[in-house]
Amino acid sequence: MGIDNIWVFAQAADGAPTSGTLELLTKARALAAQGGGSVSAFVAGDASAIAGALGEYGAATVYATGDLDGALPGAAVAGAIKAAIDGGAAVDLILFPQDYVGRDVMARLSVKLDRTVLTNNVDIVVDGDTVKVTTPVFGGNTLVTTTFTGGAPYLAAFRPKSFAAEAGGAAAGEVVAAPVPDLGASGAAKVVATHVEESTGPKLDEANVVVSGGRGLGEADKFALVDDLAKLLKGAAGASRAIVDAGWVPYSMQVGQTGKVVKPNVYIAAGISGATQHMVGMKGSKHIIAINKDEEAPIFGVADLGIVGDVHKVLPKLIEALSAR
Amino acid sequence: MKVTVCVKQIPDPALPGELDPATKTLKRDGKLILDESDSYGVEMALQLVDKAGGGEVSLVSMAPNGETSGLRTALAMGAAQAVLVSDPALAGSDALTTAKVLAAAAQRLGEADLIIAGTESSDGYTGTVPEQLAEVLGLPSVTFAKSVEVDGSTLKVNRQTEAGYDEVTCPLPAVVSVTAGVVEPRYPSFKGIMDAKKKPVDAVTASDLGVTPVGWDGAGQDIVDVAQAPARAAGEKVVDDGEAHLKIVAFLEGLKVI
Repeated sequence: MGIDNIWVFAQAADGAPTSGTLELLTKARALAAQGGGSVSAFVAGDASAIAGALGEYGAATVYATGDLDGALPGAAVAGAIKAAIDGGAAVDLILFPQDYVGRDVMARLSVKLDRTVLTNNVDIVVDGDTVKVTTPVFGGNTLVTTTFTGGAPYLAAFRPKSFAAEAGGAAAGEVVAAPVPDLGASGAAKVVATHVEESTGPKLDEANVVVSGGRGLGEADKFALVDDLAKLLKGAAGASRAIVDAGWVPYSMQVGQTGKVVKPNVYIAAGISGATQHMVGMKGSKHIIAINKDEEAPIFGVADLGIVGDVHKVLPKLIEALSAR
Repeated sequence: MKVTVCVKQIPDPALPGELDPATKTLKRDGKLILDESDSYGVEMALQLVDKAGGGEVSLVSMAPNGETSGLRTALAMGAAQAVLVSDPALAGSDALTTAKVLAAAAQRLGEADLIIAGTESSDGYTGTVPEQLAEVLGLPSVTFAKSVEVDGSTLKVNRQTEAGYDEVTCPLPAVVSVTAGVVEPRYPSFKGIMDAKKKPVDAVTASDLGVTPVGWDGAGQDIVDVAQAPARAAGEKVVDDGEAHLKIVAFLEGLKVI
């Protein structure tokens, strides 16, 4: 057999495939090329606008559920994937993005197929019938490699930016309808309204510079210092879990294991001690600057430039110096 | 209103984690405490029962040993009872097996109106168990809730998304996973702590619940390698003498960021 048929769970935002989708398609293409297999995308929703882009990144076939009609995607899309497999679609491995929707779909599907799920991965190797994935633990200090046992299909989720996205496939993938079957009670959750929390400037996970604040800021109002510095550097503002949990800033700004993974050119950590949870989300940054008054703070262990000092003194002076330029 | 909360007892996250060299899984043989991210679910359950004007909060948990100190914390907050699936055979269980075990434990308590879990544990953080649990039980689910309301037989949730949040509705019974910070967990009172010692903890094994295979035998995965990640070296560290901001300016200039 071998891992011949690889699927990627695909999502769109603003009429284009998400960056996570393109990263996984690129990796799937490489894995398929190695064994002469094929790549398909499974789209939650309508695929007509994105089939071309999915093809460019390697999807020869594009399965699409069509409009989900307000259903929360987890149960609905898992139901559609199971129905497609039962209907004869061949699949050995499904790659999911480690995000809200990807995780839900994968979890539901694992029960339907009675297969394990491996999440939080950053790499995958296929060797004949064997699929191995690698997960960082303990803040990324240790890498654990796990192999699937039992039969395919194998289900694995990957953190954002685990792979670089590169076009290089072919024409638009052939679109195949994969409708959601009747799921009874389990599919009854409905989205009745969607709210977008507006933010200005570059997106957190795409910005060249990220300035993040933590508990060392002392109080919610002081987050303005982080915002101001981020604006001056044309970057994005982020936050540690501690101050998101405290309600100072929205969850969408959280950098870390449970938030966003960022890999900017420059990452500035202000008043962040460097808990494992946070380090996982920013250790891949090219350059790291840390400001913290505790000289033993773990964040200094990864900082290219560490300032042992009070953020309330250093940040205003830094902002003033940059504004004067 | 009957609410069941899934809670996990984990090694103290303040202590450095360690992998067992033989099994390559997280060492869980020391003292276990209530996962902080589960305290939000317990608090949410207590508040919902209060608002509903009556009912009961029950706990389900699974552990490879008979540890109950974490459960006692949740009982001290106000939960009435717990089912602890405690069985050495559970060591090495994957997330899917965990969901099957928790589903069976929840059913042992009778049908709940709502099952609450954290979004992911702070030690294993697979993050799939709540949704898997819902599928095993054939229930609808809403994950990543940042606010939860019950209106008659309807669950109303603001669910975290990449861009903001969605308003989601769902009929009860249902499963919901709550994010940290969704409510402010109460501190157990002295009376609560004393009462918790007398509250029933129903200790059962996986085979009592009819869930087999579990542990290593049931896991569709096998850890094949554990390696140290390439370390990131620390750079220059300076103590602020009032002029340290100029160091940052120079560093940014060097990178042509400014």
